[in-house]
Amino acid sequence: MKFLVCISNVPDTTTKITFTPDNKEFNKAGVQFVINPWDEYALTRAIELKEAQGGGTVTVLNVGEADTEPNIRKALAIGADDAIRVNAAPTDAFFVAQQIASVAKEGGYDVILMGKESIDYNGFQVHGMVGEMLGIPTVAPAMKLDMSGTTATLEREIEGGKEIVEVNTPFVASCQQPMCEPRIPNMRGIMTARTKPLKVVQPTSDAARTEVAEYALPPKKQGVKLIPAESAGELIKLLRNEAKVI
Amino acid sequence: MSVLVVVECDGGEVKKSSLEVASYGSQVAQLLGTTATAVAVGEATEASLAALGEQGITKVLYDAEPRLKDFVNGAYTKLIAAAAQQEDAKVLVLANSNIGAAVGSRLSVRLQASLATNVVELPKVDGGAFTVKRGAFSGKALADVKLSGDRKIIAVKKNSIEALHEAGKTAQVESFSAQLTDADFADAPKQVVMQDQAGGVLLPEADKVVSGGRGMKGPENWNLIEDLAKALGAATACSKPVSDVDWRPHHEHVGQTGITVSPNLYIACGISGAIQHLAGVNSSKVIVVINKDPEAPFFKAADYGIVGDVFDVLPKLTQAVKELG
Ligand SMILES: Cc1cc2nc3c(=O)[nH]c(=O)nc-3n(C[C@H](O)[C@H](O)[C@H](O)COP(=O)(O)OP(=O)(O)OC[C@H]3O[C@@H](n4cnc5c(N)ncnc54)[C@H](O)[C@@H]3O)c2cc1C
Repeated sequence: MKFLVCISNVPDTTTKITFTPDNKEFNKAGVQFVINPWDEYALTRAIELKEAQGGGTVTVLNVGEADTEPNIRKALAIGADDAIRVNAAPTDAFFVAQQIASVAKEGGYDVILMGKESIDYNGFQVHGMVGEMLGIPTVAPAMKLDMSGTTATLEREIEGGKEIVEVNTPFVASCQQPMCEPRIPNMRGIMTARTKPLKVVQPTSDAARTEVAEYALPPKKQGVKLIPAESAGELIKLLRNEAKVI
Repeated sequence: MSVLVVVECDGGEVKKSSLEVASYGSQVAQLLGTTATAVAVGEATEASLAALGEQGITKVLYDAEPRLKDFVNGAYTKLIAAAAQQEDAKVLVLANSNIGAAVGSRLSVRLQASLATNVVELPKVDGGAFTVKRGAFSGKALADVKLSGDRKIIAVKKNSIEALHEAGKTAQVESFSAQLTDADFADAPKQVVMQDQAGGVLLPEADKVVSGGRGMKGPENWNLIEDLAKALGAATACSKPVSDVDWRPHHEHVGQTGITVSPNLYIACGISGAIQHLAGVNSSKVIVVINKDPEAPFFKAADYGIVGDVFDVLPKLTQAVKELG
């Protein structure tokens, strides 16, 4: 079975967010980039399923410029077999989805996995766009994924519960916890990753449908009002009479 | 031309987040000089749909096909696309929920529309430009995003828009059929498992949340969290390490890699306030922090705080809520 795992390159979760002086772009200076944490579930689960099937391939795909290659190599070190980088800055979800759909179509992948959303743009859009472009089902967000032959059984999170869904390959799933325990690279993985194939391709289209006009930081809090522990009940009165939330 | 809103229903009622979506849609319609129609999905009663008039909706389309009671990605997408065609919808508004994300993303391709999710304010419409404000960087930033093309889809973040209530106004409910076939139900769920909701309040829909971290010491102490939540009518939540060690179920994990909540009130008990936790909760309107360490970073993000022991403070708070009556 051929797995395609889409990863995005995002600022580390501890990053303090700042912008370029015109507020149009995220300021990358000094920032550590990581594989999007949600994508790690997709990657690890694909590797586990491949191992369980005793054959097949896991290809990682990233739409990004050359500076994303360290994290692509990291995905190879975790256990992917080969990688494709579409050489372009990921301008918006629609643009990225088109690149993924065209790679997926050309490569004839059976299972296309990605994280629920990227922690920078938080779009939660790409999965459905890719599914629709390819005319195949999407399951989002998936908390569990098992395969038996060409049939997949997934648990899909819904507000207040879950649905058990069965789909046949090919399909797209966007992954989240507790699907698996994300793996970290070991020494052997890091060594072999250096020689695994990483193919760079050009984007097939440059159409985007949205554009960020300006970024801003959320409004700052006024500062905390402390209530002594002895008179904790006072807090409840403040929440009713001052903050008016209860 | 019109604005079409997707309202999600459950157990006969329109979900709270969908009342916000309907209110958003009717205000966008007003901005554009048109009217707002709703298409309802899930289990709804005619009375609850007619009451969407209070949110400014003039007409509601409803397909009573029983298999639409549970979420089916294929069928929902086709139904909403058909409604959008019939109504010549230029703007489609839905909730930034798991259903909204699953169908909104497919619809954006099918209807050739631009899509913005996680939207927190009404759009600015200025000549040809249509700009929305959305959350980005997991709650650490906001972005003004320009949507191009003549069709737009907007997914509205929960609890960021005040629902309208114009008492007495009703919407006209019309039956609607998208000619769905068995093939549209190919990805229908085999089974739906609902969680056992202790206090009866769903975390993603809650407007008050009581959350516990590692400072609660163990699952056996969660009755303190649950008692306060129950007294307040709040949902319960937890930090990541708490769900990682199974003190609490995964669906209660909030933060950057859990769910994002933006209730009116978030009470954090024994949670340090790591940046990844804050990312999921910092758009809450009022944040209360209870922590025995006065240096805990969470106090910097809080509106109210108590430096103290949760085991001492929580029962006092629960008692004080009960005394409010
Ligand atoms: C990639 C990544 C993603 C992450 N995503 C998330 C996420 O989505 N959500 C999340 O929550 N975390 C996330 N984390 C983890 C995060 O960094 C913190 O480790 C976590 O939030 C800490 O949880 P905590 O506050 O419950 O525990 P701790 O940091 O251990 O804090 C416990 C707090 O309880 C207080 N305390 C102890 N006893 C008492 C008492 N008796 N009374 C009052 N206070 C007491 C202590 O003073 C302390 O402040 C992520 C980390 C990484 C690396």
